[in-house]
Order: sequence, then C-alpha cells, then structure tokens
Amino acid sequence: MGRQVAVNAQAAVEGAGVLSTRGLDKSFGSLVVAKGIEFALPQGVRYALIGPNGAGKTTLINLMTGMLRPDSGRIFLGGEEITSLKPEERVRRGLVRTFQINTLFPHLSALEAVTLAVCERRGHAGTWWRRLPDYREAVDEAHGILSSLLLAEDCYRLTRELAYGRQRLLEIALALATKPRVLLLDEPAAGVPKDESADLFEAISGLSRDLTVLFIEHDMNMVFRFASRIIVMVGGRILVEGSPDEIARNTEVRTVYLGKAGYG
Amino acid sequence: MTAATTGAPFEPHQYLHAQTRWRRSEYAFWVATLLPFVLFPSYLQLASQIAITALFALSLDLILGYAGIVSLGHAAFFGLGAYAAGIISVYGWGEPLSGLVFAAAVAGLAGYAMSFIIARFRHLALIMITLGLGLLLHEAANSASWLTGGADGLQGIRIGTLLGFRFDLYGRTAYAYSLIVLFLAFLVARRIIHSPFGLSLRGIRENPVRMPAVGAASAAHIRKIYTIAAVMAGIAGAVLAQSTSTVSLEVLSFQRSADVLVILILGGAGRLYGGIIGAIIYMVARDQFSGINPQYWYFWIGLLLVAVVVLLPNGILGGLARLKSAWGGRWR
Repeated sequence: MGRQVAVNAQAAVEGAGVLSTRGLDKSFGSLVVAKGIEFALPQGVRYALIGPNGAGKTTLINLMTGMLRPDSGRIFLGGEEITSLKPEERVRRGLVRTFQINTLFPHLSALEAVTLAVCERRGHAGTWWRRLPDYREAVDEAHGILSSLLLAEDCYRLTRELAYGRQRLLEIALALATKPRVLLLDEPAAGVPKDESADLFEAISGLSRDLTVLFIEHDMNMVFRFASRIIVMVGGRILVEGSPDEIARNTEVRTVYLGKAGYG
Repeated sequence: MTAATTGAPFEPHQYLHAQTRWRRSEYAFWVATLLPFVLFPSYLQLASQIAITALFALSLDLILGYAGIVSLGHAAFFGLGAYAAGIISVYGWGEPLSGLVFAAAVAGLAGYAMSFIIARFRHLALIMITLGLGLLLHEAANSASWLTGGADGLQGIRIGTLLGFRFDLYGRTAYAYSLIVLFLAFLVARRIIHSPFGLSLRGIRENPVRMPAVGAASAAHIRKIYTIAAVMAGIAGAVLAQSTSTVSLEVLSFQRSADVLVILILGGAGRLYGGIIGAIIYMVARDQFSGINPQYWYFWIGLLLVAVVVLLPNGILGGLARLKSAWGGRWR
C-alpha cells in the first residue's frame, strides 16, 4: 500500500497518468510509423485507439510493450521509466497486451495456459521439483479468471479446440493472469461476428475499475459505446485525443474517416 | 481423485493431478525392464546399451520435445560425459559413482556455458549452431590425442567395482547400473515436466512469442533445461564409458547426434516414454538387421523413419495414443 502511494506521488510529480510517453519516434527506413507520440493515460480510464489502417496503432502497442524499440522518446509506467526494459519486465510491472491475431498455446488446455501465466507472476515458474497440482492457489486463481470470462466450462479443452470467439476471450484471460495495471488490447474483437463482439466488449468493460484499458477497434459503434476517451492516430501521429463527444464533433477526424470512406 | 477417474466434473487441481499420476501401463513398463535378466540373459550387454541410449534420448526429449529446442549436436554432451568418466579413471580415479558425478558436472558446465548461445536462437540457426558445436568438439577430441587418445580411442581405462560388483562379461552389472541410472533420471524428468517449470517449457514450445507477454523470462528457462539436459546426456555417456571400459571418438560423432534424434522422433517427442520406446525399437532393429545385412541396415531404419513420420506424425507413442482415443478409451 505504501509503495502504491509512493508510486502515485511520483506519477503526480511526472504530471502524467499511469502510462505515459514523451516524444516517441520510430521509423522503418523512410517509413515513419510513430512521430512525436505523447499521451498520458489516467488510471481506470477506458481508452479507444482509432485510426485508419497503417496509422501505426499496433506499432504504438509494440513500442509501449517493448516488442519494438523506439528511435527516440521515453515511456513511463506509474512514474517509472520503462523505455529500456525487456517486454517480460514491463509485464511484471503491470503493462500487458493482447494480440490482434490469436497468439496462444495451441496444445495447452485453457486452464494450463492461464495457470502458466499465474505461476510466472507468482514466481513458481522456475520450480521443477514440485508438481503443478500442489500449487492449488495458483490453479484456483487461474480457474477463477477463466470463470470470470465465462470460460470455465471449456477450461479443460485444448486451446486449439476452442471456438474462435472463446480463443479471443482466452487472449484476455492470459493477460489478466499477469495482474496488469494497464491493459492494451489490440483489436480484441478482430474476426468476431458483430453480435458476439458486443458480448466481448461487455466482458472488457466489466473488468476492475482500477485497471486502465486501451483498445484498438475499428467498429465505431463499439468505440463510442465502450470508450470513455478516444485517441485518433493518422500516419504515425496522434491527430487528436478527447471524449467521444469531442471526437464525434471534430472536423479533422471526420475528414480522415470520410476521406477513407470516399476511397473505400 | 475418484471424481477425476469417473470423468465427472471435478476441481481444477484434480484435473492437473490426474495428468501427473502414475498409470498402470507405466508400472507395467518398468517391471518389464527387469525381464531381460530372466528372459535374455545373453543379451544384457545390448539391454544396457538400450538403457543408455534411452537415457540419452530422454535428455534430448527434455529440450526438443518439451521446450522445442532443436539440436543436431547433442552428442557433444554425451561424449563429454564419456570422456570425463574415462579420463578420470585413466588418471587413477576408477570409482564409478563419483566418476559419474564428475562426468555429469563436466557436461553440465559445458551445457550451461553453451545455453547462453542456445537461448538466443531458434529453428534453423539452432540446428546449425548445435551441429557446429558437435563437429567442433569431435575435432577437438581428435586432435587432443594426448588426452583422449585421438582416433585410437582412450587407452588405459580402469573402472573399479560398483559398490562391490564387478562389471562382468555378461553385462549383468552393466544393465543393472544403466537401468537404475535411467530410472532415476526418468523420475527427475517426469517431475520436471509435471512442475510449473515444465509447464513454462511447454509454453515456450507452443508459442515463444506469447511467453514474454505473460511475463515469462523464456531465456532463463531455456538455459536451465539445456543445462539439465546436458547433465543427463553426460551421465548417459559416462555410464557407457564405465560399463564398456571404452571411449572412442564415436561418442562425439555426428552420427550419434543424428541417431538420437531419429530415435526420439521414431518413439514420439514430448511424451517422456518416446525416447525409451524409440531406443528399444532402434537398437533391437539394428542388432537384428545388421545380423542379416550389416552394410545396409540403415536402409531399413530410413524406411521406418519415413513411414513413421508420414503415417504417425507424433511418433509411435503418438500413434498409440490416437488409437486408444479412437477406441473410445477415456482420455489417457
């Protein structure tokens, strides 16, 4: 608790939210995928990250989670600079992502997969001389996470045997098992039929209010229904950030989307 | 436990417990390993070679079958163990058990040093690196003939008695020794794969991209299992050196690395018993075929390998498991 207060105080000093960036740049050769990215996500907010294809949304998630290194700029998590930390070190500090394309463990059962993540977090994963079922708390916690996402009945089935929509939920379950402070969801409903994607977002909005969530989503109905703030990216830059109302009224945003619609 | 066996809804940890419990077929298998003493007393030397090869294959299974780390140079650690056990006896330390510990330590140290490179690569790069390491050690042993005897093999190996038992001509002591070592190593391997560490290894095999995203330090896991596998391979080599009182360059050869890979794939990787079953089939087949036609027996092994990979992608044990589930047998 004391540590939490200290972290918050430090965050206040930085004048930033739980996750923030300063002047993040990244380019692949002449292709600029991130330019001067600056934002600060306050705790507990549901952010949507939107923008046309190729705007650099997934790149931004890759930069923040350490899967890509920025050319310049800095990233802070709860006031601590994480710019040079490895991906797994960022995860252990509470910055966790999911993937647009299912990135799961096909031949592990759902329960095993989530238990794996729980054991990694609890520091059991290096232990080779005790059996997994002896870690009952970890197993029960994993089962609890699966139950909270309505995956309990499927938890003994192999991941690859699960229906696609269930696999999308398992993506989130794996992330939750790390007890994140900030959760970055890369198109959580990608490939999920429209009627099911609302259920998926209901599950996301039902997550703890302490958790900061940023999701990439193309369906504007979902964005306006579930986001409390919206960031619009175009061509590797943040065009504008604001409340759903502000974004809806913003002429620049309308141009971008109408322009895109005009070509489509 | 009862709920788990009846297939009724059960607690999450019971499901995991059901996966780790000893099956009747396992008890039967290990009792059956004692049969050669009674049924084939003149084949105990072969039985001992099979147990050693099985242990070697088991060590490869830990890295290839569970963590998904390919190796074409696993004989490096087998050979290091064999030479370590042989050389220490040449210099007058012939007590086998302490020699075994020494060999395990040498192989383990080499494995640990190597693991820092291994943990950074995958797939084809890994095949090339392990292949290169194997060739490197083979040539090093060849040229360091003052220590290894070079192409003539190590001379002057003197192995003492094993807790009072001499290594006899019939291979009784040899088989008992290699079987006990295999069984103990098997217990360790079995515990590893059913541990949280073992689950993380399977995670690395299943999806190395996801592992960092769940907070796992895959590289540390890989270094650890690679070292353990090197220790096991070294022990296998040492038992061979001690039980036969010979060490030749062959223990480090590419052929040995390739053979153990074939054996594991044949039996079924990632199934714990795959390497053992593979070793039995391979070694017995070699013994029989080479009796009929010594030059061409690899023809039959080649045919068997192609047939198994095409028809049973998960090896012989994988095929058996599929057969069992097709017959409506409850999930293992």
